[in-house]
Amino acid sequence: MLEIKNLHAAVDGKEILKGIDLTVKAGEVHAIMGPNGSGKSTLAYVLAGRAGYEVTEGSVSYDGKDLLAMSADERARDGVFLGFQYPVELPGVNGMTFLRTAANAVRRHRGLPELDGIDFLKLLRQKASLLEMDDSLLKRAVNVGFSGGEKKRNEIAQMAVLDPHLMVLDETDSGLDIDALKIVSKGINALRGPDKATVLVTHYQRLLSYVEPDVVHILARGRIVASGGKELALELERDGYINYVPEAA
Amino acid sequence: MAATTETQQALKDIGGDYKHGFVTDIEMDVAPKGLNEDVIRMISAKKEEPEWLLQWRLEAFRKWGREEEPEWAKVHYPAIDFQDIHYYAAPKRKDGPKSLDEVDPELLDTYAKLGIPLREQEVLAGVMGSPNIAVDAVFDSVSVATTYKKKLEEMGIIFGSFSEAVKTHPELIRKYLGSVVPVSDNFYATLNSAVFSDGTFVYVPKGVRCPMELSTYFRINTKETGQFERTLIIADEGSYVSYLEGCTAPMRDENQLHAAVVELIALDNAEIKYSTVQNWYPGDKNGKGGIYNFVTKRGACRGVNSKISWTQVETGSAITWKYPSCILQGDNSQGEFYSVAITNNMQQADTGTKMIHIGKNTRSRIISKGISAGRGQNTYRGLVRVMAGAENARNYTQCDSLLMGDKCGAHTVPYIEVKNPSAQIEHEATTSKISEDQLFYCLQRGLTQEEAVAMIVNGFCKEVMQNLPMEFAVEAQKLLGISLEGSVG
Repeated sequence: MLEIKNLHAAVDGKEILKGIDLTVKAGEVHAIMGPNGSGKSTLAYVLAGRAGYEVTEGSVSYDGKDLLAMSADERARDGVFLGFQYPVELPGVNGMTFLRTAANAVRRHRGLPELDGIDFLKLLRQKASLLEMDDSLLKRAVNVGFSGGEKKRNEIAQMAVLDPHLMVLDETDSGLDIDALKIVSKGINALRGPDKATVLVTHYQRLLSYVEPDVVHILARGRIVASGGKELALELERDGYINYVPEAA
Repeated sequence: MAATTETQQALKDIGGDYKHGFVTDIEMDVAPKGLNEDVIRMISAKKEEPEWLLQWRLEAFRKWGREEEPEWAKVHYPAIDFQDIHYYAAPKRKDGPKSLDEVDPELLDTYAKLGIPLREQEVLAGVMGSPNIAVDAVFDSVSVATTYKKKLEEMGIIFGSFSEAVKTHPELIRKYLGSVVPVSDNFYATLNSAVFSDGTFVYVPKGVRCPMELSTYFRINTKETGQFERTLIIADEGSYVSYLEGCTAPMRDENQLHAAVVELIALDNAEIKYSTVQNWYPGDKNGKGGIYNFVTKRGACRGVNSKISWTQVETGSAITWKYPSCILQGDNSQGEFYSVAITNNMQQADTGTKMIHIGKNTRSRIISKGISAGRGQNTYRGLVRVMAGAENARNYTQCDSLLMGDKCGAHTVPYIEVKNPSAQIEHEATTSKISEDQLFYCLQRGLTQEEAVAMIVNGFCKEVMQNLPMEFAVEAQKLLGISLEGSVG
């Protein structure tokens, strides 16, 4: 599904990713952990194709296609979803209109008929109930005046509606209380499937007790320095990054 | 009288048999270039106007000669040679394209994006022989329009061309013409008063609530109102009317200078809602060509509890110079101004409003959204004046500017003059840019760059757009996106 080879990327001329190799197969969930400034969010942005994140070396293949050759919006329509660490406010933009426009862009790309207002509302209600989200939230301007937890739930609701193949979730657990974390995790788990792949970027093990990863990677100074099973996350929880990143001590 | 001789000769050359400008059976399309009393007499005679209106025009012309072109607006353009303009052209143009095949493909492309039906496109593009289809294209059949017209007549609503109204309702015209925008109001208004071509006249009788939006679409023969439009709307006591002006489709015109005058009068307990979508040709990317839109629009809330609300979406023209204003004379009267102005490429807009509080408990609300892209320059210029007798006047003003790119400009010039200590005036202003974050967020959900910009800009303008009548709103939303195409990335 996703094959990253020797990926180097720079922001403002400064190299952040220094040769990442990562393969995520369909059906798998991979967690990427690491200290602040290790390049986790940069990796997420590079996969999503954000302007200003310049790939200097390496390749990324997605479903057998050259991901890096695609523009950000093409990637999105082709099934790459990024859950933002800080979801962006769009003042005056109605949440339903926004999401319906996005959903129909994806559906057109997949050769599916566009959804009219009524069918879309049905789909949205169904997905929102999964996340125990209030309808009223979706009628407001996108993310404007939302609490941290509401923003993250909204991200997962969008993801559920857009039905992506590759989900990259950048610190979706940050800023969530325990109840919200459970709900969001339930949402993520519901979207797992044999033809889908998930990359979870997180600081903390606690998300991983609800969304169980197949592989855990440790990212430090732009490289993956260790990979293992879910026990690796538990070890980090106990000891910190000291065994992998000496200066973290 | 050299000029007169010259005019007569010029008219003869065109094939006319001109004597003193009073002969009406002259076969010709265009008056000679330039402006003098004879040309004005000719315009008036052509329209078979009464003597008083001719004198009114002549007075305006004499005053115009003594006035100076305003230079205080933040707009720059080469000096206009007012003697190099035709001030009268017969309404029927004969050199239009014969079919859509002959129309600029770029224009057709934009029509397609706006989703305008083919037959309506023909009308807009000025394809020969199409004007009578106009009504039918918009409302399916001529009979629908006729039905509406009949309904309006039954309710006593007068809705027609200005020239027609001069003949059918001279008493109303004489009473109200120039009563809100006086002849010598400003350079362009004075010019308009002297040479105005045609326009719209609306009168809504006492206690009548006009059951539909009055739009120029309903009127046959409105397409060629020309460059000096004159509109007069009177809402009698307790009446209500909503009027839509303009069109989202791009409009091309041979005349570079447009100087329209619009006067609104609301009597006791009456309400007028006036909505405009202006999309005249803005010129090319380098600022070549484009319409100079120098418009004077003003409403008088004469009666108690009266209300006038202006909503404008200005996306076209090379230069926009307009300040739809309200004179809040009646006690408890209300004025509103909702505006979206977009300047892209080399466009310049200097627009805003004046709210003049005269009566007690008068209220006004100003919401202005300026969007600058390319090398566009966008200025909000507004005046809130509270006169000494205006007890408890209130105003709320919000001016927001959105910048796209780093070569455009946004300027806010609010004037506030308060002569009564009980007034409450609020002014808020913001300037922001479309952020990279917002764009990327939209792209990451699958929207194209154009869709993303259109969505963010429509969000920014929401408070104004939601005041547009339904008929206009959807097209106007698309228009915002189209006007800004290519402005990011």
